[in-house]
Amino acid sequence: MLRRLMLSAAGAAALLTASVSAHAADVKEVQMLHWWTSGGEAAALNVVKQALSKEGYAWKDVPIAGGGGEGAMTALKAMVAAGNPPTASQILGYFAVDYAEAGKLADVSSLAQKEGWAKVIPTALQKFTTTNGKWDAVPINIHSVNWIWLNKALMDKIGGTEPKTFDEFLALLDKAKAAGVIPLALGGQPWQEATMFDSVVMSTGGPEFYKKAFIDLDESALKSDTMKKSFDNLAKLRAYTDPNYAGRNWDLATAMVIKGDALVQVMGDWAKGEFKAANKEAGKDFLCFRFPGTDGTVIYNTDMFAFFQVPADRQAAQLALAVATMSPAVQSAFNIVKGSVPARMDVPDTGFDMCGKKGIADVKAANAKGTFVGSMAQNYAQPPAIGTGAYHDVVTKFFHGEIKSSDSAVTELVKAINAAK
Amino acid sequence: MTISVAPIAVPEPPGATVRDKLQQYLPRLVLAPSFALVLIFVYGFNLWTLFLSFTNSKAFASNTLVGLTSYQKLWTWTFETDPPSSWYTALVNMGLFGGLYVVICLVLGLGLAILLDQKIRGEGILRPIYLYPLALSFIVTGTAWKLLLDPGIGLEKAVHDWGWTSFHFDWVVNPRMMIYCVAIAGIWQTSGFVMAMFLAGLRGIDGEILKAAQIDGASAYATYRRIVIPIMRPVFLSALIILTHMAIKSYDLVLSVTGKNPGGAAELPSTFMYSYTFTRNQMAVGSTSAVIMLMSIAAIMIPYLYSELKEKNR
Repeated sequence: MLRRLMLSAAGAAALLTASVSAHAADVKEVQMLHWWTSGGEAAALNVVKQALSKEGYAWKDVPIAGGGGEGAMTALKAMVAAGNPPTASQILGYFAVDYAEAGKLADVSSLAQKEGWAKVIPTALQKFTTTNGKWDAVPINIHSVNWIWLNKALMDKIGGTEPKTFDEFLALLDKAKAAGVIPLALGGQPWQEATMFDSVVMSTGGPEFYKKAFIDLDESALKSDTMKKSFDNLAKLRAYTDPNYAGRNWDLATAMVIKGDALVQVMGDWAKGEFKAANKEAGKDFLCFRFPGTDGTVIYNTDMFAFFQVPADRQAAQLALAVATMSPAVQSAFNIVKGSVPARMDVPDTGFDMCGKKGIADVKAANAKGTFVGSMAQNYAQPPAIGTGAYHDVVTKFFHGEIKSSDSAVTELVKAINAAK
Repeated sequence: MTISVAPIAVPEPPGATVRDKLQQYLPRLVLAPSFALVLIFVYGFNLWTLFLSFTNSKAFASNTLVGLTSYQKLWTWTFETDPPSSWYTALVNMGLFGGLYVVICLVLGLGLAILLDQKIRGEGILRPIYLYPLALSFIVTGTAWKLLLDPGIGLEKAVHDWGWTSFHFDWVVNPRMMIYCVAIAGIWQTSGFVMAMFLAGLRGIDGEILKAAQIDGASAYATYRRIVIPIMRPVFLSALIILTHMAIKSYDLVLSVTGKNPGGAAELPSTFMYSYTFTRNQMAVGSTSAVIMLMSIAAIMIPYLYSELKEKNR
């Protein structure tokens, strides 16, 4: 104890002299706000921590538990408003744009140019990491939502094959129903239903339609027959859920597939983490396919680290974090643990499982073809007022029968989007 | 609740020592910090919210005034019933949940208190059992009730396993009935507390009055109906106030019982306010709904405070 006291006293003295000298020492500490507190997520973040500690930077967590990060976003708002932002914060979609537009983010463009980030990050994603050409955030991973996850044993039992179209998907679900298993494991919460609807729209209308409707918010596309058909297709899926789906958490739905109670779940690739945690192996215990009819497209969301404007003595730590996050080795190691795919397209896929390998290849192909699009449900196509707000509302009300027909669903969607603009 | 500081008027004796003066001001000095805190963090922020409701604030607070736009939005949403707007659902649910919660808690609480007041054995054990749910947080209550009522693993499955297979109880997964499950969980949590309030009231009644009633030949029912319950009017009022404000600010309970609002059917004004302010980045609309919540609480509280104060002055 005494020793520690003396050490810290010595340290304090050293700090004092350092700050007195003309060349103020940099703070060798990264303050990071995030909500990656569950086992797998924390393990993934540890990769970044270790990379930083090799550079001599200490890591100070500002963790706020809670999957979707709602609590964290509220805490971040308070910290920034008080003029005491963290070095960096985990951030999602349009929240990064909000902070950038409010002039709260730092500029790391010179580093970005030196390292050539613009070439290796998918173009559509750079909308969130740059503002007016200036880099203010870096992506650590890419998730995509247009996946289906199947129990392989059940698939073998009913003799199912990979469905390539929406109709084949329905046929497969019918087979499962006939065999007496729950065909579709669904958590009936607004965000889960809306996330599934992203894939349904892509499958029904294709990438051009998706972009026109959700990225451009073209009213004729939103009201079109294709959109009506998408709602009808969504309604068809409802018949394959078990009766108790309303309000279920997504991980419980994944557990139904893992245990073999249900055949398939439509969910983003974070579901793979649940399979991994249950010691299941891709290709052997479970299968991953793109949502039928969406192969070749990637509906993405991403986790980013946004850099805030901090005093000069903390900027070195900020840049060190940026370098560590964007290093191919960290991106690879992080995403193998997290279950997502690297945000850099030049990271080799060695070490990833078959789902990861497919994900990496798909991102590259989709970026080249221009079919790499943001998820509406996850607020990567539109700001939260429209995504979490209007879109979730209309989809969940339709799915639970409050909105009775696809005709009125499209009318309501346009109305809700206009009210939220 | 408000803190009222009664004016302390002590005539200053001539030649008072410093000590006397200090003693005279001590109550004010002690109360001043909490008074200042309440002034800023309750009333100050009330005003701030009121101000925000007239601005065009979205993700962050903005100072640009746009008048009654947000109020107009809420007003039109109030009458959108097909499909129901979130705000309409929130208001209807508030009425259903609040009404059931307050009335049933009062009835159950009074009933339990009367039964416990019969000088029974083991009251010392029974009373804490009824009171105990209040020690749990609403999140715990909500999650436990969600699991209990879940048809796949809870009540319905248990009854099926006992052999009554036609039994059907799926309220907690049926968006239209969910709000009743929230009420069940809330009532379970709070009725014991209301019982304790009534029990204290019952114990405070002068035994002589009851004896007099007995001598006059009043039945037990008539004694309660005509004497005991009227005497407990202040307890009713306090319980009513506490229950009403608990119902209006109820937030964690509804989220944990319903599981993130499927079908948008489990909205309450409090969840509406939170989601518009913090997740949908429409802070102005969120603030407006908060102002309306405050006004509805005030509409209940002010007549109550007024009548209480009037009685004291009489």
